[in-house]
Amino acid sequence: MKRVLVCIVAAMVVLMAALGGCGGTATVATDGSTSMERVIGALGEAFTNDNADIKFTYNPTGSSSGIAAVLAGRCDIGLSSRALKENEIEAGLTETLLAYDGIAVIVHPDNPVRDLTVEQIAAIYTGEIVNWSALGGADAQIVVIGREAGSGTRDGFESITGTEDSCVYRQELASTGDVVSTVSANPAAIGYCSLASVKSNVAAVSVDGTAPSEGAVQSGEYALKRPYMLITRSGEELSAHAALFMQFATSGEASGIISAQGAIPVA
Amino acid sequence: MKAKAGAKRAVEDIVHGVFLFLGLVAVGFVLLITVYLVVSGLPAICEIGLAEFLFGDEWLPTASARSPEYGILPFILTSVYGTAGAIAIGVPVGVLTAVFLSKLAPRRLRRAVEPAIGLLAGIPSVVYGLVGMLLLVPAIRVAFDIPDGSGLLAAIIVLAVMILPSIIKVSMTALDAVPREYEDASLALGATSVETYFRVSVPAAKSGIAASVVLGVGRAIGEAMAVMMVSGNSPNMPSLFQSVRFLTTAVAGEMAYAEGLHRQALFSIALVLFLFIMLINATLNFVLKRKKEGSR
Repeated sequence: MKRVLVCIVAAMVVLMAALGGCGGTATVATDGSTSMERVIGALGEAFTNDNADIKFTYNPTGSSSGIAAVLAGRCDIGLSSRALKENEIEAGLTETLLAYDGIAVIVHPDNPVRDLTVEQIAAIYTGEIVNWSALGGADAQIVVIGREAGSGTRDGFESITGTEDSCVYRQELASTGDVVSTVSANPAAIGYCSLASVKSNVAAVSVDGTAPSEGAVQSGEYALKRPYMLITRSGEELSAHAALFMQFATSGEASGIISAQGAIPVA
Repeated sequence: MKAKAGAKRAVEDIVHGVFLFLGLVAVGFVLLITVYLVVSGLPAICEIGLAEFLFGDEWLPTASARSPEYGILPFILTSVYGTAGAIAIGVPVGVLTAVFLSKLAPRRLRRAVEPAIGLLAGIPSVVYGLVGMLLLVPAIRVAFDIPDGSGLLAAIIVLAVMILPSIIKVSMTALDAVPREYEDASLALGATSVETYFRVSVPAAKSGIAASVVLGVGRAIGEAMAVMMVSGNSPNMPSLFQSVRFLTTAVAGEMAYAEGLHRQALFSIALVLFLFIMLINATLNFVLKRKKEGSR
């Protein structure tokens, strides 16, 4: 009797989950980069507010999965936080630049080191440089702070600096706010976070001599940035709803929403 | 007359049905969670390999340039060491506090301290974590002259404070229940009061004190929030001043963005944690059962 009851409950849960996955008719399906979650979430919300009859879905699977999904036709628009590779363009995909994501490297305000090269940053994070004195700072061991595995900011930072899978973290924190407050509390700490999250209690260092700012990211002078791309199939008409979303996402109206989420709109 | 009895019977049946249903809801949730954890935790273990999962010492779930590693030995050892450390600090402090409050303290002091201990139990774990992060971590950094204070030591101290209330309360209940005659007999034989409390009262209450320790272990091993805020969360092998990651924080910290096998592996970690806690509950039941038999 008990067992039967449990089986029924379990079956209902599975059924409901399965039904929830199926969409209605008018759907814009997006799939891909987890880093773009906030930007896409906000855009999707604004879009469905204007077009109440269209359903917007976002499946956070990662850039490569999103590119594979749009190529296989499993979604309308793929989301990628890196540019397409040659072979992916040849396979029949087109990219549309949505925004840039700038990553700031932050230190304690009392730290005299204010300018680092990308190579120096990589050397700090891989454990080759372990003391601030090697960079002209105080004689103190560097406390390397980063984000947890799977975080989009960590993925972006490591891919830009070429330190994938080789970073030696002293602390791995689960949110941007944690990174900022931990760096602000330790004079020997270094951390990274999205550009929009830099607060006055930490100092963002210049990278290769360029101070981080929206303008420097847009002009391409600031090195620690990556693109947010919308990926579509080349030579194939988007569905009317998906085309409407593309138009909305690249419009001037959307740039306010994008910058509110910490990314840097292109327009 | 007969109709009245029938109506009474019907009410009885309905009440019985409602109670049965409510009882089954609780049982159902336990079963649902167990089944769900096993079903979602097993695939990753099968794919990674049980030995490699439990005894692998590298956790690199998102590695792309090399093959990802899913070894959780650092988390298991950290959870075990962290809990052991918290017990090593918390049990002496807690049990001695319980002896003092139960036997030695003046009535008015006890009346003032007891609610405070209750309050300590009611503080949300995030508050413990916050105080640990803002006061304890910088204090450890300065006191031991190390670059960063967050790590196993900070986590042990926070956990030790967090398990104090349950140890003190359960031990006190056990000590209060020791028959007055035992102590009187000991005192009459010429033992001092302190000798009496430690030679007679504590041994007489030992199964209750043991239960309090097991409860403390359960609370320490299951704590996530406070520990996450002070332990640094790097998947290192445990060492007192190193940044470490517990079983609980491994799940909580990476769940937000994990996908694919990484996400499944997090469920597997939860399953391992679940088995640990089941083991502790079984121990608790065993201790309590023996206590009942002992008192007969």
